[in-house]
Amino acid sequence: MEINTEISPELMFTESSIGKQNRYIENGVKIFFLIMTCLMILPLLLIVGYLIYKAFPVLSFEFLFTNPKDNMRAGGVWAPFLGTIYLVVVSLMVAAPIGVFAAVYLNEYARENWFTRIVNLAVVNLAGVPSIVHALFGVGAFVLFAGLGESILAASLTLAIMTLPVIIASTKEALNAVPMSFREACWNLGATRWQTIRRIVLPNSISGILTGVILQVSRAAGETAPIMFTGAVFYKAIAEGNVFAYNITDQCMALSLHLYTISTQVPDVSDVIPYGTAIVLVGSVLFVNAAAICVRVYLRTRKKW
Amino acid sequence: MENKIEISDLKVNYGDKPALNGISFNIVQNEILGIIGPAQSGKTTLLKVINRTLEFTHGVTIQGSVKLDGVDISTIGDVYGLRKRIGMVLPLPVGLPLSIYDNVAFAPRTSGIRIKAELDEIVERCLKQAALWDEVKDRLNSLGTRLSGGQQQRLTIARALSHQPEILCLDEFSIAVDPITTMRIEEVLKTLKNEMTILLVTNLVQQAKRLADRTAFMLNGDLIEIDDTEVMFSDNPKQQSTFDYINGDFG
Repeated sequence: MEINTEISPELMFTESSIGKQNRYIENGVKIFFLIMTCLMILPLLLIVGYLIYKAFPVLSFEFLFTNPKDNMRAGGVWAPFLGTIYLVVVSLMVAAPIGVFAAVYLNEYARENWFTRIVNLAVVNLAGVPSIVHALFGVGAFVLFAGLGESILAASLTLAIMTLPVIIASTKEALNAVPMSFREACWNLGATRWQTIRRIVLPNSISGILTGVILQVSRAAGETAPIMFTGAVFYKAIAEGNVFAYNITDQCMALSLHLYTISTQVPDVSDVIPYGTAIVLVGSVLFVNAAAICVRVYLRTRKKW
Repeated sequence: MENKIEISDLKVNYGDKPALNGISFNIVQNEILGIIGPAQSGKTTLLKVINRTLEFTHGVTIQGSVKLDGVDISTIGDVYGLRKRIGMVLPLPVGLPLSIYDNVAFAPRTSGIRIKAELDEIVERCLKQAALWDEVKDRLNSLGTRLSGGQQQRLTIARALSHQPEILCLDEFSIAVDPITTMRIEEVLKTLKNEMTILLVTNLVQQAKRLADRTAFMLNGDLIEIDDTEVMFSDNPKQQSTFDYINGDFG
């Protein structure tokens, strides 16, 4: 049998019907995904834009650095702003080291057995527990049992318990991204696990670890439920402009709770005050996230393989 | 001649799947032992048993004994010291994400060598032995991971030599290396033989013929035959399957 191997140029460059169909589907799918991306970005832009528009009259450094006045109907957000910073910093100082080192153990040392399986299961489930449940635990464990009373320390520890599982999960992911072959090469050279971790694994996963930790700032700053019963109060005046105005055993105000209070509990508050508070909350979270992105971009340019 | 390694009745299972079915042989001091055989014959597993990195693999069981200088390696407490006595080169080159200099200085540093002059000397000697020195001597501070595949493999060999091993295990080292470089490394191995014992696992039958003093043929986890290379590559090795494999009739 003879096979005709000659194909005319016209035929070669004419699109087949299946090729045409594939091209239509390809374009359609691409546009669909693009629309979904826009739908994701749109609410964020609208929220931020609307907040800025509404809060514009009060936006000033004075708003940031003065205490609420006249039963919170005037003045600024200094006390809640500083309170939120205290809560976030103290909770991360507790959660970050414990979470990161626990993740290093789980990912680098622990062998797969029933114990590590239970721990991993606990980490996943703990991340899914509603924050109000963490709050109740915080009241029982830190405020009452440990005798810390309602204080920044008790509230921070509650927030730490809440952020811990997510820090462990994100750190494990960052460590996992370092190829196994690097570890094997080190072990073949007679390096101990710690030498391998210190010289190869940690330097190449630190950007992922830091990003995971910093992203928990926004979560800790935004939560109201865990701090309501453990250390945050409706109103507390502190020295303006003094960053050491709170003591760790004091109760404090917090932005998220303050926003809730002035929007629902205090009558006749002018609109700009809650919107200004929201802008400070959203702004500081975005600022911290932007810092995380900068760290990641900087460390990624130094990526070594 | 003295036996460097004595392997007796070594059995390895990955879960239910057998990888080595009770093999026994000796490796003589300062020889090059070529190990040939098709994929899944247990060659790499054997190397991993010798430097005790197989223990990291989940669900593995190891029976039988491997003696290094007469000492059962499973009784050696200092497993890191044991691994330093064995240089290991894997099939795919792995440049650690460090500079070329730090790649080679890694193992000496983990043994506590801190003096710059001493490290310089080790780095230069090992890179020269691995036939890489001339190509990288002007850029020792650039990343090892940025080298080409063949260069990274020679870097891996330099790294394996950096802790002055008594035994050098090469697992199909020439997969990612061009033929010219392969020949240069083979020349190096012939001189290194005077200082250490070399285990050469290779898919290139002719490479074993060129280099090895003795050759072992493995198939499906069994040691089919081990003998002087001339005998193995002659027209009448003891086993028919050895002859068939070497002459390309299967595998």
